[in-house]
Amino acid sequence: MAEFAAKVGIIAHMVRAQVRGQLQYRVSFVMELIGSMMTNALDVATVFVLFSVGGGLGGFGGPNVLLMASLSAVAFSGSDLVVSNVDRLREYVRTGMFDSLLLRPLSSLAQLMAITFALRRVGRFAQAAVLYVIALFVADIDWTVGRVLLAVVAPFTGVVFFSSLFVAGATVAFWWVESGEVANAFTYGGRDFTSYPITMYGGWFRDLFALGLGFGFVAYYPVLALVGLPDPLGVPVWLHWCSPLVAFLAAGLAALFWRVGVRHYRSTGS
Amino acid sequence: MRVPRALIVAGFRRYATYRQATVAGAFTNVVFGFLRCYILLSIAESAGGSMVGYDPTQLVSYVWLGQGMLAVVNSWTMLDLAERVRSGEVVSDLLRPIDPLWTYMWTDLGRGGFAMLTRFLTPLVVGELCFGVYVPDNPLTYPLFLLSVVAALLVGFACRYLIGLCAFWLLDVRGVSMMWVFFSGAASGLYFPLAVLPDWLATALWAVTPFPSLMQASLDIAVERGGLAHGLPAFGAQVVWVVLSLLACRWVQTRAVRRLVVQGG
Repeated sequence: MAEFAAKVGIIAHMVRAQVRGQLQYRVSFVMELIGSMMTNALDVATVFVLFSVGGGLGGFGGPNVLLMASLSAVAFSGSDLVVSNVDRLREYVRTGMFDSLLLRPLSSLAQLMAITFALRRVGRFAQAAVLYVIALFVADIDWTVGRVLLAVVAPFTGVVFFSSLFVAGATVAFWWVESGEVANAFTYGGRDFTSYPITMYGGWFRDLFALGLGFGFVAYYPVLALVGLPDPLGVPVWLHWCSPLVAFLAAGLAALFWRVGVRHYRSTGS
Repeated sequence: MRVPRALIVAGFRRYATYRQATVAGAFTNVVFGFLRCYILLSIAESAGGSMVGYDPTQLVSYVWLGQGMLAVVNSWTMLDLAERVRSGEVVSDLLRPIDPLWTYMWTDLGRGGFAMLTRFLTPLVVGELCFGVYVPDNPLTYPLFLLSVVAALLVGFACRYLIGLCAFWLLDVRGVSMMWVFFSGAASGLYFPLAVLPDWLATALWAVTPFPSLMQASLDIAVERGGLAHGLPAFGAQVVWVVLSLLACRWVQTRAVRRLVVQGG
């Protein structure tokens, strides 16, 4: 236990050093902070600009759309803050710098997260969280104990889900260094996918993303469970409550994949 | 003409070697194409068949051509200029007999040419196979669209070059780049056609910013929104922005070079 605390202490120290480094370029940092908040505002604004065209999205009204968009924003920006920079793993693999992480008696993933931590992203997360709370008040929710629990847990399960994707996406670099953009299709693509009611999508594309890859469980199904609406696409009600399970599964798979990846790592040989 | 040609060919060949990255990028464009296409089509359906004057096949074209153009204009990938300014390597660029502005521009045109053949065509083919794209009536639309894409590329290039030049003052241009990514995504028509915005905002964007020239102008030309009566002025605006932004690059660069200090060591 003491050993574990010491390890956490070292990681925290690395994060602090990282943050101090980033604060050196002050103008740039402030601009990035503002930029990060604007990006989030823009994502949500985009949803509502499109909402205004037809007065609804995929058969859902304003409060429910806001709840989905903001829940998706919290989930994405939370994992963006904590892990999204692990995609820099490919630089570490390409240059062989990953060796140095393996030499230390700490989890290589935790180290990678610490040295790529970007504080500027906190702006985006804070803004999304505020919006989510507002959306919870605006939405017509018949509060029960289960729903309160879900409203609290859902952002975390979303963060875990997206974080698993970021880690899994970065892990691909152990085999394929230039894979960066493929992961973006699922991380940034997933953020866009989850911002809208999935009833807007069609055919195999919807089934693949919503159920096959689990993106429906980030915002769409939890919101249906919160507001107590049946799924127009006929997914049974009990499944709406399964987000934590899906997130748990995703995290497990990502961790497993990371381990396989690290075992597969070959240094540069130079 | 020998030098520009050599630089264009060099740019083309440089990017032609990044085959895996090209495949990965095209894949991502295709996924986003599906996403945006379904979203806009669903909105058109709920708004009674068309969306702010775009019918469904025009929307399909709009989305998939936009995904293709994204890689050609490449406004989200910064030039390595800023990094070279920060490290001082820019000195060797400035010592060459050709202005680095032109070196970068011709190379970027070569890159765009390669992107046209790969990243542009892939989403277009997928869009046609899965949804069916809009086929222009007027044969003039094709050459006008191609010219318009070149203009879009040049505007995007000049703006990114300007951002790179900021490094002479700021050293770290990540903040400026982020602002640029923000505006060049939202205000260029990538996320949604600018016509869905309130009139005053859309007009202001067209009138005083280069952003619609990055994408919206070319896409409107391709789907023949408002015919040539809208297309020709849109192209005209792009040409004006190409000239203005390149002049701005020249001016800023002259000032930047004057304050350049190269660290010794």
